[in-house]
Amino acid sequence: MTTQRIPKTSVYFWLMIFFQYLPIAMLVIFSFNDGATLTFPLQGFTLMWYAEMLNSAQLLESVRNSLTLAIVSSLLATLLGTMIAVAVTRFQFRGKQALLALTTLPLIIPYIVIGVALLMLLRAFDISLSLWTVLLAHVVVSLPVTTLVVSTRLLGFPDSVVNAALDLGANFWTMLWRILLPMSAPALVAAYLIAFTISFNEFFVTNFLIGSDPTLPVYIFSQLRNTARLPVTITVTAVIMVASVVVLLVAASLTQYGRKS
Amino acid sequence: MTHRLRLGILIAPPLLLLLVAIVIPLAGMILFSVRADSFDPNEGYSLASYQEFFTDPRYLRLMGQTGWTAFIVAAVAVLLAYPVAYFLAFHSGRWKLTLIALMIVPAWTSYLLRILSWKVMLGSGGLLSSLVNGIGIDASSLPLLLYSPQAVVITLVYVWIPFAGLPIFVTLDRLDKRLLEAANDLGASPLRAFWRVTLPISLPGVLVSFIYVFIPTFGDWVTPLLVGGAQGGILYGNIIQSQYTRALNWPFGSVLSIALLVLILVLLLLYGRITRVLTGENGS
Repeated sequence: MTTQRIPKTSVYFWLMIFFQYLPIAMLVIFSFNDGATLTFPLQGFTLMWYAEMLNSAQLLESVRNSLTLAIVSSLLATLLGTMIAVAVTRFQFRGKQALLALTTLPLIIPYIVIGVALLMLLRAFDISLSLWTVLLAHVVVSLPVTTLVVSTRLLGFPDSVVNAALDLGANFWTMLWRILLPMSAPALVAAYLIAFTISFNEFFVTNFLIGSDPTLPVYIFSQLRNTARLPVTITVTAVIMVASVVVLLVAASLTQYGRKS
Repeated sequence: MTHRLRLGILIAPPLLLLLVAIVIPLAGMILFSVRADSFDPNEGYSLASYQEFFTDPRYLRLMGQTGWTAFIVAAVAVLLAYPVAYFLAFHSGRWKLTLIALMIVPAWTSYLLRILSWKVMLGSGGLLSSLVNGIGIDASSLPLLLYSPQAVVITLVYVWIPFAGLPIFVTLDRLDKRLLEAANDLGASPLRAFWRVTLPISLPGVLVSFIYVFIPTFGDWVTPLLVGGAQGGILYGNIIQSQYTRALNWPFGSVLSIALLVLILVLLLLYGRITRVLTGENGS
């Protein structure tokens, strides 16, 4: 069984990685390209698009909206996801499967359907669209992921630790606050970071619920028809992609750290 | 009692959110689907939108076409993702977790932006056409460049490969390696062991991957818009989207959405059926 040569699947794997990162690399390359069109051959190095990006008030406004939304929605999604995770891992109750199924629903229903269903409901109650309506949607689409990440961590927990705390007189909430949550800290941070990227990048639900203040993806989408602005749009895109990759790699290493400890 | 109170405190807030943001909107959608008018509830109710959906052949035909596109995208993505999952499960060694992260991370960044990046890849003067021109072929004669049905399929396959790899990886990773040793000891070649042991055991994961790609492809409308162009055709998601941006026909948009949900429900039931048969066969 032992073969010293490199397995063929390894070559294939690295080709696939190359294939996955190539389009992202293209965006980065064109963000430094001194040309108005996204075509080869490259025209030489420039930081012009980055300067133009930083000078666009609308763009920066949309970045601020997206950051605010992502910070708040991922906090709420992590909190609510943790509540479900604690309930399903530490309690026995009827309807547990139903609760889990309900929590997974936002993953199964196409985002477009969630978006239009919420849009119609809000309109039926005369609630005008704003960043608040987007916030509601972002929390709910992040919820399945945060629940999954935190409950995976809680499931790996030995009952003995929890029981020891309870035997020593800690009440449930003290045990939760002093034992369970601190020990799950890496998973909580990972859940937060993943929810953050989901919210920051979300477009398909947001598109239907956004009011007059755009988020960054909504702004980028609105700029796509404007060919003169395309290099700047590509530059923003490159920055977000690279930043997202970095944030997610941190989240991934935190989950690993959580497993090892 | 305190046990139930604690449980209630933990469950109530997330449950409230799920009710407000998912359950009630979906229930409301059913109501909207039988409304006679998009905005005026006093116009009364009718089944006209359902009638239109079933009598105008365009809608069911588009559903069928999208189903075919989604089938191809899902099949190709699963096929391409399988060896990736296989490598991660059997050959990645102690770097396993890092390599999984490396694969899945680009997938978790913006879906919209990943589609957008393919505009640059496939566009005239983009990477692909420049490479093709470079070896002396006229790029414009190739059907797979920007603004074609092929461009839509390629872009979607690219987007879904990492997600498709994950469920397959999970089933392969859990596979009892002693089964393969036993197959080897009994004289099976590695290829035969793969066909008779590894592949059948991983089929439930393959199925999950397939569904995982199939469903969102149905709801997509941005890919046809960005890389499909006029020749690329539209997907089912495009007609839902246009009911809310251009046509402003909410009852009909609701009918289209409900039809999509019913289709997904049927798929999931079918999936449950198939996995039961599969695991029933392999369960011994």
